[in-house]
This record gives sequence, C-alpha cells and structure tokens, in this order.
Amino acid sequence: MAEISASLPAFTPKSRAQRLREALRYYLPTVLVAFSVLVIWELAVRVLNIQQFLLPRPSAIFEAWFEEFQTFISGGGSILFQASGATLYSAIGGFLLGCGAGVFVALATARWTIISEAMMPFAIAANSVPIIAFAPVTNNWFGLTNPASKMAIVAVIVFFPTMINTVRGLTMVEPRQLELMQSYAARPWKILRALRIPNALPYILSALRVASALSVIGAVVAEFFGGPRATLGVYITQEAAGFNFARAWTGIIMASAIGISFYVVVLLVERWAMPWHVSFRKKS
Amino acid sequence: MAEQNAAQVILARNVNKIFNPGSDEQVIALQDINLTVKQGEFISLIGPSGCGKSTLLRLIADLITPTNGELKINDKTPHQARLDRDYGMVFQAATLYDWRTVIKNVQLPLEIMGYPAHVRKTRAQEMLDLVELGKFAKHYPWQLSGGMQQRVAIARALAFEPSLLLMDEPFGALDEFTRERMNMELLRIWTRTGITVIFVTHSIPEAVFLSSRVVVMTPRPGRITQVVDVDLPYPRVFETRELPRYFELITTVREHLREAHGG
Repeated sequence: MAEISASLPAFTPKSRAQRLREALRYYLPTVLVAFSVLVIWELAVRVLNIQQFLLPRPSAIFEAWFEEFQTFISGGGSILFQASGATLYSAIGGFLLGCGAGVFVALATARWTIISEAMMPFAIAANSVPIIAFAPVTNNWFGLTNPASKMAIVAVIVFFPTMINTVRGLTMVEPRQLELMQSYAARPWKILRALRIPNALPYILSALRVASALSVIGAVVAEFFGGPRATLGVYITQEAAGFNFARAWTGIIMASAIGISFYVVVLLVERWAMPWHVSFRKKS
Repeated sequence: MAEQNAAQVILARNVNKIFNPGSDEQVIALQDINLTVKQGEFISLIGPSGCGKSTLLRLIADLITPTNGELKINDKTPHQARLDRDYGMVFQAATLYDWRTVIKNVQLPLEIMGYPAHVRKTRAQEMLDLVELGKFAKHYPWQLSGGMQQRVAIARALAFEPSLLLMDEPFGALDEFTRERMNMELLRIWTRTGITVIFVTHSIPEAVFLSSRVVVMTPRPGRITQVVDVDLPYPRVFETRELPRYFELITTVREHLREAHGG
C-alpha cells in the first residue's frame, strides 16, 4: 500500500536548533511589538511631559510593582499581592459555580428539547443584560466584604454564555451522524454520551475561554462597588483616589495578568481535552 | 413457501412513499415498488436524481416509513429489523467521528450494542484488516484520505456482522481511480462475507461492474422500470471491464434509463 503511506505526511524528528529557530520566528514579532509599545509609551510620557495622573511611565509602574513584589517575597504582607489573591479567588469560585451550573442545566434540558427550546430565548435575553449592574444588590445579599457577593455576580455572568453554547453544541449535531445512531437503534442516553457530548465539547470549551476572561472582569468590576481593602477593584479605586497612579496601575497590570493566565490555563485544558480538534491539527 | 421466505432478505410489495401528502408540496417519491432481494445478492439501485433510489434505501433502513404497501426485511418489519441491527449503513460522506481514532470509530456500533471490550477490540481490528487499514488503527479520521475514510466507514458498518449492507452513493465523492479501487475492494469483501448489498449509485459502469442485478429507476414519480440481470463471470477482475458483455450491459442499462425518460 505504497500510495497510501505516501499520502500521509512523513514524520521527521526536528533538531533542537531547528525547533528553537521555529519558536523564535513564531514568537519574535509578538515580543518586538510589546517591547516597542513600552518604549514608545515611556518616551511619549517623557517627551510630551504627560501628567502622571493621565498616564504614568511604564518604568514608574514597574518600580511600584517591584517594591510590592519585594515586600511580598520577604513575607512583609504586600497588599497588592493579597488583593490579587482575593480577586483570583472570587473569579475562580464564580467561574466554577457559573460554568458548572451552565453545563449542568444544558445537559439536563438537552434531554427534553422542548424545555431547552423554551428556555433559550430567555437565556439569550439574559445574556445581553449587563449583569454587573446587579453587583450592588448582591453586595447587599451576601455582605460587602463577603467574597460570596463577588462570586455570585461572576457566576451569573458566566452562566448564560456557558449554558447557551452547551445547548448549541448538544443540539447542533450533523443529521447524518444522528441517522447513523438511529441505524444502530441507539438509546437517547447513548446518543447523548457517544455523540452529543463530544460534539458539544468544542462549544463548551470556547464558552469557558470567554468565561475565563469575563470572570476576572466581573470580579474586579464587582469590587469597584465596594469590598474588603485587599481586593484588586478596591485597591485600584483607592490608590487612584489617593493620587498614587503608578500603584493604581500595578493593580490594573495584576488584573490583566490574572485574566491572561486564566485564559491560557483554559486554553491548555482545551488542547488536552480535544487534541483531535481542527484548530490544534499540525500543519504539514 | 417458508423456505423461500427465509432466503428473502428484502420483500417490497406495492410500496408507495408520498412526502407531505394532501398538501401543495405533495411529492410522490416512490410509486408501486415491487422488489425481492435474496440473500447474498449484490443489488444496485440506479437512476437520475429524484428517482427515489435513496428514498427506497432509507425505507429499508427504517429512517423513514412507507406511506402504504408491504415492506419486509428478513421477514420482519423494517422497524423490527432496525432494532435487531439487521443492517449496516454507509453514507456518501464517511460520517466518522472526529474525536475518535480509526479503531474507536469502528468500535462505535459495538459499544452502542453493548459488546464486551475485548470483543470490540479484536473485532474492530479484524474489520480494519479486512479493509486493509490495519496499520492505521491509531490515526484520526482527518489524517486519512477520502477513500481511506470511506473504507473505515465500511469496516464500521460490517463490525457487528449485519446480514445486510446498505450503501448510499458511498463512492460518489471519490475520484475515478480511487472509486475503481474501492469497487474491487467492496467485491472482495462481499465475496468473503457473503453479505447482501444494496448499493445506490448514479454511475452505470459502477452498477454493472459490481452487481448481480441492476434495478433501473426513473423519476416523477419514482418507479422501478427495469431489473437487469448482470451475467458477467465471477470473480470480477480488472479485465472484466474490457469484456464485450460488460459494454453490452452498460448499453442495456443506459437504454432503459433513456426509454423511461421518453427520449
């Protein structure tokens, strides 16, 4: 079967130097762009003499951050790092609660298509409501300093996109695939397990990626409405109010770092859970 | 009479299929279909689009139900035959599951039907060897060519040893060379397993080369106009396509198709 083997990409192990060169070619443009943005920012602030409350220098932000970092590693109790931990806790807690509930409700209703079809318009409507506006309400429900008040907001924010996408993934199955199952006289729950759930996996994981970013945004904004001193939302507002703009920016940077890391973690889970998916296929 | 019935895999008597009956969009997809298929036959359904050949296949598969008439599969209703897993189906697209490796795809029906794990494994490997893809068990479907994917689909349809193989234009999307190779492969499998095959196609040479009988169908309304016995010798080999009788039969089928069109 020579012609068959010939149709498959030949596998040749790459040398270390070759792989390094490829990685460099892949990441170098990104690194260069990031570096240039920082340099232009620094120069613009210095040359144009921009007021620090409008935009502090990157170097000043880094100095402020490094100071906090030093107190943190020397065990001195850095409020910035404490705040980051607290916000991360709210974001992850809300993410797990909301996404878990979203997937669960979708699975429960997928069995009865009529129910999920009846629910979808409401879910889509709820998805376009600015749920963050309820933050003052949940603050009242659970208490301003209780992390549960932030988690609740995050959970509600991520619930709807997760549920909607999961229902879509469970129902948008190719008709031929369903007929194949029918030809095996497969029972509904076997169809769910062998076809609908794997079919929904890409939908669920792309919802989780969106939810990972939303959860950090939700947690920080919910904290803007009030919360314990050691949370990023409160930290940023208070430092900005106290004219410590470089310090306020360190809070923003930490929030961004948390958001990006969370996103990357979900992306890695996605790769691990569905190595077969079209977006991860190696180009040949 | 009972003995005769036992060998009859398909029996259709005055079968009609009307879509949207009574409405403005009423379509008579099949009219007065009479057909008997014996065990071990290779039957091709051929005709232009809209002649109801796929509809007839889907009636046999119990994916749709006849409007009236009698249809029996292995002496049972099509519904019972489906529940008994009497047939394996191959579609025009391979319809493999992207998230399963080749061997896991072949195991799918066995999983659904509750075969124990060790049986699933050995049976699936046997079937892959049968379609000569034994070495590709751990590959994913997208790593295979179209022809190879379709062979996996055939292996999957045969995995639970059904007595009937239903194929809906299985090689329609393949290029001519791959299609000819697949035809040889299918004949080899048919000879080895003794399975009854119902094969929908719109290629006259393909139908003649493969079949023991060619069922010629015409559209509006979908009817069987002629059944042509193919008396080409077995085994059918590459040289079969060069026999004068092969060309005669192709001409016969083509003329039946044209007659029915009123041309």
